[in-house]
Amino acid sequence: MSSIPVIAQTAGKGAARSASRRRAKLAGPDRRPGWVTYLILGVVILISAYPIYYTLLLGSTTQTTIAANPVPSLIPDGKLFENFGRVFSSNIPLMQGFINSVIVASLQAVSVVIFSTLAGYSFAKLRFRGRGPLLVFVIATMAIPTQLGIVPLFIVMSEIGWSGKLIAVIVPGMVTAFGVFWMTQYLDSALPYELIEAARVDGASMIRTFWHIALPAARPAAAMLALFTFIGSWTAFFWPFIILGSNNPTLPMVIQLLNANYFTDYALIMSGVLLSTLPLIIVFIFAGRHLVAGIMQGAVKG
Amino acid sequence: MAVLSPHKPPPEVDRAPRRIAFSQTVGKWDVKLSPYLYISPFFILFGITGLFPLLYTGYVSLFDWHLLYGKGDFVGLQNFVDVVESPSFHKALRNTFSIFLLSSVPQVIMALILAALLSANLRAKTFWRMGVLIPYVVAPVAVGLIFGRLFADESGMVNTILTGVGIDAVRWHAEIFPSHFAIATMVNFRWTGYNTLIFLAAMQAIPRELYEAAIIDGAGRFRQFFSITVPQLRATIIFVVITSTIGGLQIFDEPRMFDNTGRGGSDQQWMTVTMYIYELGWGNQKSFGRASAVAWILFLIIVVIGLINYMITNKISSSGGPKPTKTKKSQTPKRTSSNNRRTR
Repeated sequence: MSSIPVIAQTAGKGAARSASRRRAKLAGPDRRPGWVTYLILGVVILISAYPIYYTLLLGSTTQTTIAANPVPSLIPDGKLFENFGRVFSSNIPLMQGFINSVIVASLQAVSVVIFSTLAGYSFAKLRFRGRGPLLVFVIATMAIPTQLGIVPLFIVMSEIGWSGKLIAVIVPGMVTAFGVFWMTQYLDSALPYELIEAARVDGASMIRTFWHIALPAARPAAAMLALFTFIGSWTAFFWPFIILGSNNPTLPMVIQLLNANYFTDYALIMSGVLLSTLPLIIVFIFAGRHLVAGIMQGAVKG
Repeated sequence: MAVLSPHKPPPEVDRAPRRIAFSQTVGKWDVKLSPYLYISPFFILFGITGLFPLLYTGYVSLFDWHLLYGKGDFVGLQNFVDVVESPSFHKALRNTFSIFLLSSVPQVIMALILAALLSANLRAKTFWRMGVLIPYVVAPVAVGLIFGRLFADESGMVNTILTGVGIDAVRWHAEIFPSHFAIATMVNFRWTGYNTLIFLAAMQAIPRELYEAAIIDGAGRFRQFFSITVPQLRATIIFVVITSTIGGLQIFDEPRMFDNTGRGGSDQQWMTVTMYIYELGWGNQKSFGRASAVAWILFLIIVVIGLINYMITNKISSSGGPKPTKTKKSQTPKRTSSNNRRTR
């Protein structure tokens, strides 16, 4: 997208720094900001992180302590693992929720990546009749709130006997307009026509060309798309809640069940919340850098 | 097609043995059909799980349709009449709009400001960018629960702090506006960082020369922000406003988790339209007909608001631009298309 930061990252750091110093007198955006900027950003990040930390504080204490001090102390109490144990031994199917969420989120991530890359490759690099209008259609569907078709979707799923089953959650999210658009944008710039032509001249079939040329080229964007999809599907609540029922839950439904059944025991609930959020936080710590880079890369979607 | 196989020799009958001729026919169909095959999963799935349900919602809304007993009599527009006359629907609409305005407007403004700060030449860029994105990994259900606790009427942390500094405790769950404010806070918590990064990415694409020229002309930081950054971000602002409208008008998870019953408060103070759809369809009434009627009304509202959004955002972000009004009209479409091309 923007060449400037990319150059600054790939070129030697010293070179980039001296270049920015040279420009510093002229260009405002390249000037190092003052401490006020850092202070504001620091406060924003503290506010962003506090609710998660608050969950840890409440999850690591007992109900009596919570009732006594509405404002938790800043250091976690030692009861975290005890509370985790209580969540596991409660009659809330946490393990099942975890397994279900892993299944749904990973299957959706894989399938969105494959289907979106296929479609994106097609839209970006192949010529066929109706390409333009079809792509416009795909983009237009991003503005359609599909959540509003929830009643007929429920009827259809019940008719074909999928209600209560994971497949009813997985299938509607197997490919997304966002994914198709994202891969189209990326492959359009990242994959040169010459490579495709070379493969075709060498006699590769279309699908072989896709597999050996397009898919490897799409890898960085595919990783980002997989992450986004995984997070989106891990945190989704409304549709799973309607179609699955409480004895076959995903993790957000487990939180909901905890809240409905143990609403007075916040130590228990919050440790459950923490347990369900922890996997994503770990993913974020390891892959967040790529997630950020991904947003940076494809964000001008207007 | 022409681009893909320009070097292919013309299929001459006498030159090609039968085997190759056959494989060429296969290859021709391969080239012709493959693109359609590759894009078909999206269209098939969207047709079945997106478009069809949306249209079918209209059909269901015309019937007396029960969750358990299925399709009943044709009732025409009766469901719509019932819904529009119901006070709960009015409350749901009011709540949805109020929460939507309280979240979208500050969110877009905050995201723009934060993006402007982040676009400065910071040390440890990635750290700050990751930092603002932290809330994005917390499930909305969890956010609802956490903030429901933070904003508890009695013994909530926010109220304890408020009374600590001498302000009266706010009844976050009992009153209308405070509950909307608390729910909007949740939405802002989760989405501001995400939108910030989208704005930031778009800012990186603004040509530096514009700022350099502005600095030479003596423009201060604020002038640069309003005269260069905001107008240049028009397409992105429209995108963010429209996506947050769609999301904001459908909000369900956070208000549902705001208390442990999930029904939007004792007097439906914070019951949103989507919660109302759930209540009609899967709650006591089990009326899919009425739920569908509400879904259709909400869909139309979203379309209308989307269009209004588009026009307003277009106006706001193109005014104040450095260009005189006369040339603006002819330049606007060009600028947008070049924007799109650059990002593809």
